[in-house]
Amino acid sequence: MNTIKDKVAICGIGETTYYKRGTAPVPEFRLACEAITKAADDAGIPVTDIDGFASYSNERNDASRVATALGLPHFSFSNMFWGGGGGGGSGAVANAAAAVAAGYAKYVVVYRALAQGQFGRFGQAAPAKTISGDFAYTLPYGLMSPAQMFAMRVRRFMHEHHVEQEAFAAVALASYHHAQFNPRAVMYGRPLTREAYYESRWIVEPFHLYDCCLENDGAAACIVTSAERARDLKPKPAYLMAAAQGSDYRQNAPAHNAPDYATSNFKTLAPRLFEMAEIGPQDVDVVQAYENFTGGVVMSLVEHGFCDADAVMDFCVYENFAWPNGKLPLNTSGGNLAECYMHGLELVLEAVRQVRGASTCQVKDAAISMVVSGPMVTPVSSLILRG
Amino acid sequence: MPTEQHSAKSVLPEGLPAPQSTRDGLDQGFWDAARRHELVVQRCNDCATFQFGPEWICHNCRSTNLGWHRVSGRGRVYSWERVWHPVHPALRDACPYMVVLVELPDAGNVRMVGNLTGDARDELTIGTPVEVVFEDHQPGFTLVQWRRA
Repeated sequence: MNTIKDKVAICGIGETTYYKRGTAPVPEFRLACEAITKAADDAGIPVTDIDGFASYSNERNDASRVATALGLPHFSFSNMFWGGGGGGGSGAVANAAAAVAAGYAKYVVVYRALAQGQFGRFGQAAPAKTISGDFAYTLPYGLMSPAQMFAMRVRRFMHEHHVEQEAFAAVALASYHHAQFNPRAVMYGRPLTREAYYESRWIVEPFHLYDCCLENDGAAACIVTSAERARDLKPKPAYLMAAAQGSDYRQNAPAHNAPDYATSNFKTLAPRLFEMAEIGPQDVDVVQAYENFTGGVVMSLVEHGFCDADAVMDFCVYENFAWPNGKLPLNTSGGNLAECYMHGLELVLEAVRQVRGASTCQVKDAAISMVVSGPMVTPVSSLILRG
Repeated sequence: MPTEQHSAKSVLPEGLPAPQSTRDGLDQGFWDAARRHELVVQRCNDCATFQFGPEWICHNCRSTNLGWHRVSGRGRVYSWERVWHPVHPALRDACPYMVVLVELPDAGNVRMVGNLTGDARDELTIGTPVEVVFEDHQPGFTLVQWRRA
């Protein structure tokens, strides 16, 4: 099979300080530039070697503006992954990788910057007087925010597979546990107890406050290049074993009409991903799974084959997710719940750190590291790295 | 066809975005029917497949010969959520409220989102039978809501 496996690698990672929403001291565009230059520094290449751009979720900081502001002499590739939320976190890396493998560009930077305080918040409805199109079937009924969109799917999943709240608590508690080792994390020094999780207010049932991602300011970036070039650079390459994106049958059907509803949308993607990587889920040492909401994490782990849907209550427990002793350490930087909501690009950076051996919750002998991007949105994406 | 359906007191306060047909007219038939207190679902005139929301082409047979089919308005709760945190100023004092996803067995099991009338704190289980309630608003739009059958 002709695939991209082992042909490209992530050679550099960078991020700004992660801030509470609305507290970044500089504009979002400066954060984007800073993350990109830091990724180049980490790779040990001059920033002027960057010649391509990939992002997702309608990244505001246009590639042309970045290339112009940074004075890049070569601008050979630009790409935007369709769809909202974090669905494109791995997909943008995949697109960068494809560009490198095709020879369009040599060093493609994948970046994401967010300063929601300077723009609109995702968790608040726009103040429109009228609405048409798909949202006309939901907004007038007070189904408006991402939490409200996805609670409905998660409730159905709980119903079909006898899943209880504790599975979601496990995700939140593991994320907060890991953040306590990570000085970059917004929730560093702010541990979460099981009692506090259950006592936290409902946002929308079945999501408590701690089931929901943070909203933050900051930026993150990583640089994708060929395996050959990566080998000559200082950091240990994180080779791309596989990447996949896509969507299951009619997942965008309006007004919550996806035929297979109680899904996070990875059922057709995951087999393609593992086939390309030529491994199975049992070979994965550590997972970073995008948490818009904890329920989606659980669903995506099921769909990637880490456990059976009807065995969630046995597998999705804190002890399995928590470093250092967990069977499947999950979101080892704290992720979107407790490190920083950088739309899941911080998860890619953490996956790289794990195969470099440089995580603050370093999984012993981690050789294979996986990222899951954007449960319940469409399209979604995933990738697998090896050291 | 139940004909007793009439306007209820609105479940949520006024001030939320009002539904408007798309400029291309794709869903005009649905919102117009709701104003007449009729529940309609798009159906393919060639292969009889239902689809909702409507689209310009049938996802089953790719026909563009589509029409609106009146359905009974009886369904069952496919999923639900109780909202506690308001994300719109109009909802500041309206929480908790119930949003239901209703499956319509006589329309190919398409689903519709609406609010459940009654006390939002009452327990609700998936599978509960419900029926449509038309909720008229000024100026000139009608929401499709649901009550326990």
